[in-house]
Amino acid sequence: MTRESLLDVEDLSVVFRQRGRADVRAVDGVSFSVSPGETIGLVGESGCGKSVTSLAIMGLLPKRGVRVEGRITFDGTELPALPADKLRLLRGRDLAIVFQDPMTSLNPVVPIGTQVTEVLTRHRGLGNGEAREEAADLLRRVGIPDPSRRLREYPHQLSGGMRQRALIATALACRPRLLIADEPTTALDVTIQAQILELLKTLVAESGTALILITHDLGVVAGMCDTVHVMYAGRIVERAPRHELFADPRHPYTGGLLASVPRLDQPRGARLEPIEGSPRDTIPWTSGCAFAPRCPNRIEECTPVAPDLLGDRHGLRCVNPLRSDRPETKAVPR
Amino acid sequence: MSTPTDPAVADSPKTASAGAFPDGSGVSGEPLLSVRGLKVHFPIRKGVLLQRVIGHVRAVDGVDLDVGRGMTYGLVGESGCGKSTLGKAVLRLVEPTAGTVRFNGADVGGQSPESMRRLRRHMQMIFQDPLASLNPRQSVESVLSEPLRTHGFAGNRSRRVRELLDLVGLPAGAAARYPHEFSGGQRQRVGIARAIALNPELIIADEPVSALDVSIQAQIVNLLEDLQDQLGLTYVVVAHDLAVVRHVSDVIGVMYLGALVEEAPSDELYAQPLHPYTIALMSAIPIPDPEVEERRRRILLTGDLPSPVDVPPGCRFHTRCPFRQPTRCAEESPDLREMRPGRKVACHWAEEIAAGTIRAAASAHDPTATEVGTPSS
Ligand SMILES: Nc1ncnc2c1ncn2[C@@H]1O[C@H](COP(=O)(O)OP(=O)(O)OP(=O)(O)O)[C@@H](O)[C@H]1O
Ligand SMILES: Nc1ncnc2c1ncn2[C@@H]1O[C@H](COP(=O)(O)OP(=O)(O)OP(=O)(O)O)[C@@H](O)[C@H]1O
Ligand code: SF4
Ligand SMILES: [Mg+2]
Ligand SMILES: [Mg+2]
Repeated sequence: MTRESLLDVEDLSVVFRQRGRADVRAVDGVSFSVSPGETIGLVGESGCGKSVTSLAIMGLLPKRGVRVEGRITFDGTELPALPADKLRLLRGRDLAIVFQDPMTSLNPVVPIGTQVTEVLTRHRGLGNGEAREEAADLLRRVGIPDPSRRLREYPHQLSGGMRQRALIATALACRPRLLIADEPTTALDVTIQAQILELLKTLVAESGTALILITHDLGVVAGMCDTVHVMYAGRIVERAPRHELFADPRHPYTGGLLASVPRLDQPRGARLEPIEGSPRDTIPWTSGCAFAPRCPNRIEECTPVAPDLLGDRHGLRCVNPLRSDRPETKAVPR
Repeated sequence: MSTPTDPAVADSPKTASAGAFPDGSGVSGEPLLSVRGLKVHFPIRKGVLLQRVIGHVRAVDGVDLDVGRGMTYGLVGESGCGKSTLGKAVLRLVEPTAGTVRFNGADVGGQSPESMRRLRRHMQMIFQDPLASLNPRQSVESVLSEPLRTHGFAGNRSRRVRELLDLVGLPAGAAARYPHEFSGGQRQRVGIARAIALNPELIIADEPVSALDVSIQAQIVNLLEDLQDQLGLTYVVVAHDLAVVRHVSDVIGVMYLGALVEEAPSDELYAQPLHPYTIALMSAIPIPDPEVEERRRRILLTGDLPSPVDVPPGCRFHTRCPFRQPTRCAEESPDLREMRPGRKVACHWAEEIAAGTIRAAASAHDPTATEVGTPSS
């Protein structure tokens, strides 16, 4: 990617202060950027900080009890420094987010159509008739059959897949420059997932939207993302262009994830190789590599000082990585 | 701080650990489980007083299947297609509307409550999060000894509890702990221990790994496979993750709107799906390999699953089928027929589709065929 980036996240940390208990550093020094027309993936297991990262970018974290550190720059503007009303305006127009559960984002007592047209009238200044027409058009494009009837329906009258598509239609209504899709298809059937992912691909290709795709499904990442960032316990542990990441995973966690999922296109029968323990079995990064308790490659150097994320093209946070199968990438820049 | 995996289970010899129950797994030619014409229709009622029945949810709508002893039968299909209801109907946890279920040759339907109770001991169920519904103040010891107590286990109960924990790869100390103290993967181990407590022959596992983190799923999958080897279990595995189902199953049944539309040895299903729904399903499943993803052609389905209250006439898939033909599809309901040995399919045109003489309509209804998010001037 030689293009100028649209969003730069630098050294982002999010700390939740909890009364009577130790602070939770949910996101811990995360950096990445995304350019127009680019899709990046954030992958990792439950609780690794994916959603908190996206909420921090959107300015949607609660104000109380949360400390956000680091820089988030969108098209030259520092987002955290923006006054609330400016940020809200930006959110409706240039930044959009799609969550896993559309019920939490759609207003249950307002018909779908009104929710989409509202965005169009408010942010794009369309008249009512025009907005209704375009809303129907959007619904049709996200694959909702009989859009003019659906516009009059309430969220609970739609199936889960249709609700998610309606939500995506709302997000697309303002033609955002940056779209964050946080597990957009996790709750859906694979056939519906395929439709929605195709839709997102088209959006990126045709409108040059920058897309941050958050998922725990490595298969989804493999087909969608230019660059993949693998997170563990609040930090990025490996980052690489997708072909490189899948062909040549270097972090034991990435390698472990890939070895533990069965592949539909390969002969069955080989035993799966699970990662030991559970994501609960971490140590704080302040006392070493958080993955160390589960890591098959663990050596003495893994504690008590956590490794840094090193390398430009292929970033890696590990002192004893998996051996590279590819000679040309063997020398990991240190 | 590491959690035990299952070394104790992995390599131990085939000891069925029968406890005080006879291990009735006599090998014979007939399938352990045999389902014929099974239907579960839930009535939809309206009106406060009269409760008029105004329609039926045809959750399971005529299913035939056989599961051989020691085999694993995988059931896949979209949300709401009736997988869980089918599993529950087999165990008589819901009452079938029609059809028969034979287990070990005995008709599960014609049992007195007392003999049903005895039969049920041999048929157990594993759920997505088996402990979610449990009393948080009940220790694992008490969770596991409860079924032993109710079914009059004659042996030493606390020894059996330790034996069970060992089988599922949990330390003996887990007995004194409570569900909330466990991670998701450990909770599923407890759920599995409870299911095998009475030495059952058949286990119906409904989404056994879908609530778990990716890195934990493989641990549970391996555990289920080990237990099958050690205890000679027969499984019916219901799940929406097809790669996982394929990995564990010998035979896979693909359900659509309450009916099986295809059944195949699991190795063949991805290599050559025959039913249009299976073809679309297989093409939709992402594969964690960019090279493969780039070469693949997706067959996108349009619209949503029709309501099981209004199952389309003719072929139940015809409203979304990319291979739909002007004749037969909308009028005649295709039977699940054996197209070649081991391969069953419910499509009028399966031969022509397999031969390539009928092709998928070129994304005529592909929602992405039109531009998205671009100015629509
Ligand atoms: N409001 C909050 N107060 C305290 N801790 C929080 C809060 N929100 C999130 N966390 C913690 O921050 C961590 C990261 O959570 P986050 O929701 O980002 O995970 P995630 O990667 O999105 O996981 P999932 O895949 O389950 O969605 C978790 O450990 C979570 O418990
Ligand atoms: N007790 C019930 N009363 C009425 N309808 C029911 C009942 N149980 C299930 N259904 C309906 O029967 C159909 C099949 O449901 P079932 O739970 O078997 O689907 P499933 O394939 O297991 O789906 P999922 O993948 O979401 O678990 C659905 O339409 C569901 O709403
Ligand atoms: S019978 Fe017709 S509609 Fe049904 S799956 Fe076959 S081609 Fe499609
Ligand atoms: Mg999340
Ligand atoms: Mg179910």
